[in-house]
Amino acid sequence: MDTVMKDRGGPAQPLLLARDLRKHFPIPGGLLGRATRVVRAVDDLSLSVEKGETLGVVGESGCGKSTVARLLMRLLKPDRGTMVLDGDPVDEPHGITVNELRRQVQMVFQDSYASLNPRLTIVETLAFAPKAHGLPAAEARARSRDLLAKVGLDPNSFADRYPHELSGGQRQRVNIARALALRPRLVILDEAVSALDKSVEAQVLNMLVDLKNEFGLTYVFISHDLNVVQYLSDRVMVMYLGKIVEIGSVDAIYGDPQHPYTQALLSARPSMDPRKRTREAPIQGDPPNPIDPPSGCRFRTRCPFAEDVCAKAEPLLNASGAQEVACHMRIRGSGHTKAP
Amino acid sequence: MAIQSPSLDLGAGAAVCATPAAHARGYWQQVARRLRRDPVTLVCAAILLLIVASALAAPWLGLADPYKTSMIRRLYPIGSPNFLLGTDELGRDMFARLIYGGRLSLFMGVTPVALALLIGGTLGITAGFLGGRVNMAIMRVMDVFYAFPSVLLAISLSGAMGAGAENTLLALTIVFIPPICRVSESVTTQVRGFDFVDAARASGAGTLTIVRVHVLGNVLGPILVYATSLISVAIILAAGLSFLGLGVKPPEPEWGLMLNTLRQAIYVNPVLAALPGVMIFITSICFNLMSDGLRAAMDVKA
Repeated sequence: MDTVMKDRGGPAQPLLLARDLRKHFPIPGGLLGRATRVVRAVDDLSLSVEKGETLGVVGESGCGKSTVARLLMRLLKPDRGTMVLDGDPVDEPHGITVNELRRQVQMVFQDSYASLNPRLTIVETLAFAPKAHGLPAAEARARSRDLLAKVGLDPNSFADRYPHELSGGQRQRVNIARALALRPRLVILDEAVSALDKSVEAQVLNMLVDLKNEFGLTYVFISHDLNVVQYLSDRVMVMYLGKIVEIGSVDAIYGDPQHPYTQALLSARPSMDPRKRTREAPIQGDPPNPIDPPSGCRFRTRCPFAEDVCAKAEPLLNASGAQEVACHMRIRGSGHTKAP
Repeated sequence: MAIQSPSLDLGAGAAVCATPAAHARGYWQQVARRLRRDPVTLVCAAILLLIVASALAAPWLGLADPYKTSMIRRLYPIGSPNFLLGTDELGRDMFARLIYGGRLSLFMGVTPVALALLIGGTLGITAGFLGGRVNMAIMRVMDVFYAFPSVLLAISLSGAMGAGAENTLLALTIVFIPPICRVSESVTTQVRGFDFVDAARASGAGTLTIVRVHVLGNVLGPILVYATSLISVAIILAAGLSFLGLGVKPPEPEWGLMLNTLRQAIYVNPVLAALPGVMIFITSICFNLMSDGLRAAMDVKA
């Protein structure tokens, strides 16, 4: 378990490929507790994570960001869809097991307190995973102390403390150290810095960049904070109601957003320039209920450019500019009056 | 960039570790510290310790023979010479019988709870951690037992199996499995929802390892506290069964049975007749107050 996972397919092969991932949560309540309706948390979503990159994932609350994270970690079993980790299909006869996937893919959760066992000391928490993978206890503890130092916490004063004795930022550093304990290749950061103070957040973000360089990591960085995503990511994926609406390089998405939802999100960012004050919210209302999403394009109920075609057909991801966009206005011959 | 503030320069290497204000302290050390500041719990624990120790050491305390009857010195009042707490309706020494009675009564209180803790706790933690159909199956079976009032269930079980200490134990164990199972299930379900259990799963550890390291430590406390509060109920139920003639058989000294046999003497010497009841009362209230104190001490929030 001590060997760092070798790069197999070369730099051009995506580290993680997910195809048509779907997760619907049944809502019990029908006759005899039978589920008659489902929450469509993630609906036929495909994505690839390239080696060494940081893929940012943005979207409103409830758009399925965290479900995607849990699906990629296999903490949730997808209803359908396939995953391929560096050429190896996951959980399939000729591929790797879910446990092997979890050794190479780790996750940092948002709630720094709930993600640490209050009864275990920091070093016990960090040593748990390596021990579970058969590393001798003493070695696991030594590695844990090294990791603490790597995340900027002095092992001598922090190793034997309990989570409630630490501040939020310190706890999140411990969580990051725990995610690195198995020497993973991909780390999923699910709102990992969202609950921290701005100053602490900046420190942790810089630490993440340093760790990425030192360990050759790949990140999937999930956040609702557009500035943080812009700072950290190489590519950005915008989600709306369980679907990808736009995906592309950070420069393309932030410099030339194509989807009306992305445009609205970006213009909702508070501006540092008082003359560019946002007068009214660019999109109104809450996202529709994912139990019964709108037909066709899911954004059409809040889209200022919605037309008949948007209710009839679902727009698929389509190259437009430097990125891929799922909008009828960017699909040639889609029937939308603004289509090229 | 909004986040480019001067603090950005603090990288991973820059230690952000303030020296700990308080000395690092374990969970159980904190519980002990809180308990030391709780006189009620300490006094209750001391009384219980006294009762338990004297019951255990009864044969070596130089007490009178608790079985030796005498027709001529029946129902001596409290404070009679040679008979500290008087004698019962058959002339046996009350003090000796009360001390010896503690052996059976405490045994009848602790054993069924301990057995039920083992069985109900295992079932409850299993149901809580696995959830889904397993949870459904286990908890619905428990609900069947819940349909009967506990006293009625204990009486009907003992009645069906016949009188005797073993059957009383068995009946009480069955009565206590459902409530312990339900409490275990609910705390386990709560703990299972925390991210640290997901993180442990993400690390690829097996279910048993996760339960042992991450679940047990967080659920045993509340379950044990609840079980402690059940001991008093068990003592009262066991005494009640004996009183009804379904539990321990005479001439064994047992508080509930003594209460029963002394009830004819209530007009002759009411204080004497009440003594076994007083012992039951003191013991059960001490167990209750102690479990309350334990609960308060273990409720450590960050």
